[in-house]
Amino acid sequence: MSKIWLIIKREFVTRVRSKAFLLGTFLAPLAMVAFLAVVAFVMSRQSDEQRNIAVFDKGDILSGAIESTNNITLDISNRSFAELLEDYEEGKIDGIIEIPGTINENERKFEVNYHSDEQLAIDESLIIGNRVEDRIRDYKVKALDLDLSKVEKLSTNVSLAPKTIKDTDKKISSLTNIVSSVIGGIIGYAMFMIILIYGGQVMRSVMEEKVNRIIEVLISSVKPYQLMMGKIIGVGSVGLLQIVIWMILLALLAPLSSMFIGAESSSSLTDIAGVSPEDMQAAMSEGQEKMVQIMQELGNINWGLLIPMSILYFLGGYFAYASLFAALGSAVGEDINEAQTLMFPIMMPLMLAVYIAFSAIKAPNTSLVVWSSIIPLLSSVVMPVRIPASPPIWQMVLSVVLLIAFCFFFVWLAGRIYRVGILMYGKKASFKELAKWVFFKG
Amino acid sequence: MLYLVLHENPSMSILSLENVVKRYHNHTAVNHVSFNVSKGSIFGLLGPNGAGKTSLIRIITTITGADEGKILLDGEPLSAFSPSQIGYLPEERGLYKKMKVGEQLLYLAQLKGMTTKDARDSLFGWMEKFEIKDWWGKKVDELSKGMQQKIQFISTVCHNPKLLILDEPFSGLDPINTNLIKDEIYELNKNGTSIIFSTHRMEQVEQICEDIVLMNKGKVILEGRVSELQERFKENKFRIGFKGNLDKALISDSFEVLTDSDDDLIISVKEGHNSNELLRELMDRGHEINSYNEILPTLNEIFIKQVDGQSDE
Repeated sequence: MSKIWLIIKREFVTRVRSKAFLLGTFLAPLAMVAFLAVVAFVMSRQSDEQRNIAVFDKGDILSGAIESTNNITLDISNRSFAELLEDYEEGKIDGIIEIPGTINENERKFEVNYHSDEQLAIDESLIIGNRVEDRIRDYKVKALDLDLSKVEKLSTNVSLAPKTIKDTDKKISSLTNIVSSVIGGIIGYAMFMIILIYGGQVMRSVMEEKVNRIIEVLISSVKPYQLMMGKIIGVGSVGLLQIVIWMILLALLAPLSSMFIGAESSSSLTDIAGVSPEDMQAAMSEGQEKMVQIMQELGNINWGLLIPMSILYFLGGYFAYASLFAALGSAVGEDINEAQTLMFPIMMPLMLAVYIAFSAIKAPNTSLVVWSSIIPLLSSVVMPVRIPASPPIWQMVLSVVLLIAFCFFFVWLAGRIYRVGILMYGKKASFKELAKWVFFKG
Repeated sequence: MLYLVLHENPSMSILSLENVVKRYHNHTAVNHVSFNVSKGSIFGLLGPNGAGKTSLIRIITTITGADEGKILLDGEPLSAFSPSQIGYLPEERGLYKKMKVGEQLLYLAQLKGMTTKDARDSLFGWMEKFEIKDWWGKKVDELSKGMQQKIQFISTVCHNPKLLILDEPFSGLDPINTNLIKDEIYELNKNGTSIIFSTHRMEQVEQICEDIVLMNKGKVILEGRVSELQERFKENKFRIGFKGNLDKALISDSFEVLTDSDDDLIISVKEGHNSNELLRELMDRGHEINSYNEILPTLNEIFIKQVDGQSDE
């Protein structure tokens, strides 16, 4: 035991002291935030090209008015189509919207033409379409002799509010599912990343010892199994430490960032949309109400179950995958290409699990998701996604039992391969070969 | 005679192997190997590449287990405690490149079961001896290859093992470091450490080892004292240095001239005759002899002869 402890300590200390760890722990979250900010910025960008578009409305369907957008000036023109074409030639306008002469009130589809050699961006077409739609609706209201204020009363926003029947203690709202699946999704994705990153580190560490040939010195002092376990636990502890640091950083930074985001969005909203301060106030209080609701939902999540179960699934998944990665590392030695070929089948269930976990965010109770949350190698990523939505007890028990059993099995299997692999040089590793090693005598 | 006594008395042995067998899936790497290494000796484990030396060493160092046979280290069966009593310098050796020398040596010593304090004391002693104390804080990859070999040697011996197993210890060493390590081996041996020296370079063994075992294809094909083996396989050849002219045509039929030059001859003494007769004959003819040596076979020659003999069987 003391030897395993020495190995754990070395793996842990050398990693934690390295620059890579400091950079990864403190800069990676910043880089991640910066990256997300850039993505959000890119995604929120609208077409910002200024366009002057003339609207040719010979039937006066739009009744001489249409609202322009930020970038697009829509101008209803009295000139003839031929004259507008001349304007286009001279570069005075960027395009012409031609509204056909008549429209029947019964018509559900209506096509207007856009004349220009330069095509509109998708968001531009949509917004212009909307503006025209609004005007046509007004036209139809008038033509059908309806009361506009009554028509506006026709549309209603409906949301489903969940209410329990038997389980009256359980407080649920329309946000319950959203909040729990987002939390589950974050945990599931974090599982995947951590298992992948630290499993990969275990593999590289094994390869390093084999390639620089210190391995024979080491295993003349300790058993290969001790060495492998020490390594897996040592590297895993670094992972746990990193997670804890991130949690603390998140807890410290979250209030700061929400303040920053809040201020930013309110000022930009009033700037761009020209919303009146009263509306703004209303929007703000609605947002605050949502926020309070979300906080309530967060409070309703069974953290007492979620946190220990997540740790259990992390440990089970990490040990299973990391030991498989260790076995791989022992088999390949210096050939990184060979390592990548062999890594693929191990990565497969992990990748699959992530996609299933994503689908579980939307629908946590499909039979695919339920079975995946029970099958080992998949369950570590999928089950944590389901836990906030309180899956049946029997499924959790079965899943945990299988997780633990297979974790021991994989560690055993990997140990068998590892002890042979680390001393095997010049032999091309294949799965057939690895299977043989499992049955070699010690 | 002394050798025979030791051979049959395992309590005088630091290591005793009896019928050790190790099979890999398609060949037998170690095939019923038995021998004893007496306490305080320098023992040569010889054989060409692929003879089974490394497989055998891995069994002794508890890296792998034997399929059959009995192994006693200082009279006790191998156990989890054995690694702390053995120092092993593998042929393929290495260190963590990015780790500092001191930390690395401490780590390896602790893995051998030493306490931090004992390890530190012992390591300081060795580094002082090699005059490399200022390397403690350096990273291994800042050191030259020869320097790394010294570190590696210290890591092998710092826990004061009873039995030191050196697999091709001089490979990759320059002559200065070779001598340095050789001197250390002698000194450790003088202080009571038993040493197994594994190599395929037979000429190194002749100088260093007292007893040897010669392996080929997993089997022991020869064992004994180096001097006894040379005696056993000698071919009654003599090198004679002389002054003036020596007409070799006059040498009698009892002897055969193998090679000659201006000032020495190699002569083989035929069966039923002895070297004194040769010396007398030459002296009687008035030749001035200034040197007269028996030519003993080298271990290399003995080995080749044995292996050839085996393949003829």
